Amino acid sequence: MTSDIAVHAEGLVKHFGEVKALDGIDLTVRKGQVVGLLGPNGAGKTTTVRILSTLLKPTAGTATVAGFDVVKQPDDVRRAIGLTGQYAAVDEYLTGRENLRMFGDLYHLAPKYVKERSAELLEWFDLTDAADRPAKTYSGGMRRRLDLAASLVAHPSILFLDEPTTGLDPRSRLGLWGVIENLVKEGTTVLLTTQYLEEADQLAEDIVVIDHGKVIAHGTSEQLKDEIGGDRVEVTVADSGAVAGAVEALRQVSGADALVEDLRISAPVSGGPVGSQSPTCSCVAPRSMTSSCR
Amino acid sequence: MSTLTAGTPIAMKRPIYGWTIHDGLVVARRNLIQTVRVPELLFFSLVQPVIFVLLFAYVFGGAIPVPGDSDPNAYRQYLMPGIFGQTVAFAAASSTVGLAEDMHKGLIDRFRALPMAPPAVLIGRTLADAARQILVLFVLTITGFLVGWRIDNGLLNAIYAYALLLLFAYTVAWIGAWIGLYMPNPETANTAGLVWLFPMTFLSNAFVPLASLPTWLQYIAAWNPISALVLATRELFGNPTGMANDQYWPLQNPQLYTIVSCVVLIAIFSTLSVRRYRRTTSR
Repeated sequence: MTSDIAVHAEGLVKHFGEVKALDGIDLTVRKGQVVGLLGPNGAGKTTTVRILSTLLKPTAGTATVAGFDVVKQPDDVRRAIGLTGQYAAVDEYLTGRENLRMFGDLYHLAPKYVKERSAELLEWFDLTDAADRPAKTYSGGMRRRLDLAASLVAHPSILFLDEPTTGLDPRSRLGLWGVIENLVKEGTTVLLTTQYLEEADQLAEDIVVIDHGKVIAHGTSEQLKDEIGGDRVEVTVADSGAVAGAVEALRQVSGADALVEDLRISAPVSGGPVGSQSPTCSCVAPRSMTSSCR
Repeated sequence: MSTLTAGTPIAMKRPIYGWTIHDGLVVARRNLIQTVRVPELLFFSLVQPVIFVLLFAYVFGGAIPVPGDSDPNAYRQYLMPGIFGQTVAFAAASSTVGLAEDMHKGLIDRFRALPMAPPAVLIGRTLADAARQILVLFVLTITGFLVGWRIDNGLLNAIYAYALLLLFAYTVAWIGAWIGLYMPNPETANTAGLVWLFPMTFLSNAFVPLASLPTWLQYIAAWNPISALVLATRELFGNPTGMANDQYWPLQNPQLYTIVSCVVLIAIFSTLSVRRYRRTTSR
């Protein structure tokens, strides 16, 4: 059912000269869903978001957002989305309230509505006390909150968050997570990019892992942990005669087939104490992706 | 944290002048608020032309004779419209720097992700930079009165003169905006935004009578729109023009030439700027 789909991308390719930033990204976000785009720097997360929010044109491939083609109907897409980028995109000389008013006016909303909506957003983002101070005087966390508020002025049904918490201290990060969780409860569809598995885990139901401009894994956070980011038990045996025995022992522990590389045998485990053999524990993950080794 | 209650957005009625102008005015308001928030910048942008008035009136004044006028005060009467013209021309530099800064900030991405008219960022910038000149002209006028300059041709003509100056400010703001869109960073814009303005304002009748220039330079200066602007305002303010029976068409019809060249330049540079803006923002 197409009406159930908020964001749909097929075969997105983007070249910047010689550099292939995107090499065929497929992506589907259903209405009301939160999808996390996870990957290291330079993986193509931001490029994907910029194409979906009409800031860049894809070299090849198609994408629809809220049912509108991002290349052919950019203004319709823009009316449906909110975008918060990596850098707080607010005017630092304007106060928080003036910023929200400006964006509301540029969305062509009725002045009375903009006034009420701004007051409400400032309250909601805990910025009422700072509302009439220039944004220049805000802390990093406050600027991010104002930035997020600015992308919500027109009540978008789809929200793109490009690394919403990069550079924030842990407390501000938790605060912003709370805000995003509340938006999701209200039915906003969210596509967020992050470098942190922890953040994707916390906020997103569905995670798409990308690297080198390609989707390399896709699933719920549990599925992904089992597949790629999960714990593995690895044992190294002294000679090849011992391999068969180790494989059998690991199969009993993990319940899955073991992977044999020369004298190293490893197998996934789904959590819990591993037993008395106390094998070495190592994490297998795409580069720079954080992963936990319980 | 309470839930949001303002509900479904209520759209605004389309204003009679259309969305492009509406959006341009919204951006212009933002740029003017910025001006108020940095009073130091505003202060020094006013001090600079005042210093020019004082330097020319007291340092160069005695050395530059105004043809056909032996009054020792004549150069100050002659000078003020020249300073007005030069000052509004320098409005272009703030458009260059302002736009170069805008283009390198995250804010431009938000503007571009809004359903707003694409030229609005440029219209807002040029309108605000021209509007700021109203205050600059006011301060200069007061300074002029203090050094002995007078308006001698009625209030209506004076208002017409100020209107021509503002039209010219808006025109050069578009040229400045166009340059700003090519700047790799705001620091380069600081230099590049000014460099063309010195020859443009000095190769004219703004500070010296045309007759004092070599013939080939006279030709360039005569067709320089700023000369026509300055001559037109001198006539409208009733100040000495420093010339008799001019052979160059622009200086025989200074008001017409000023208006025509402004309209043509706005048409050219707004088209070029909008095209360049769309290209840089839709890679």
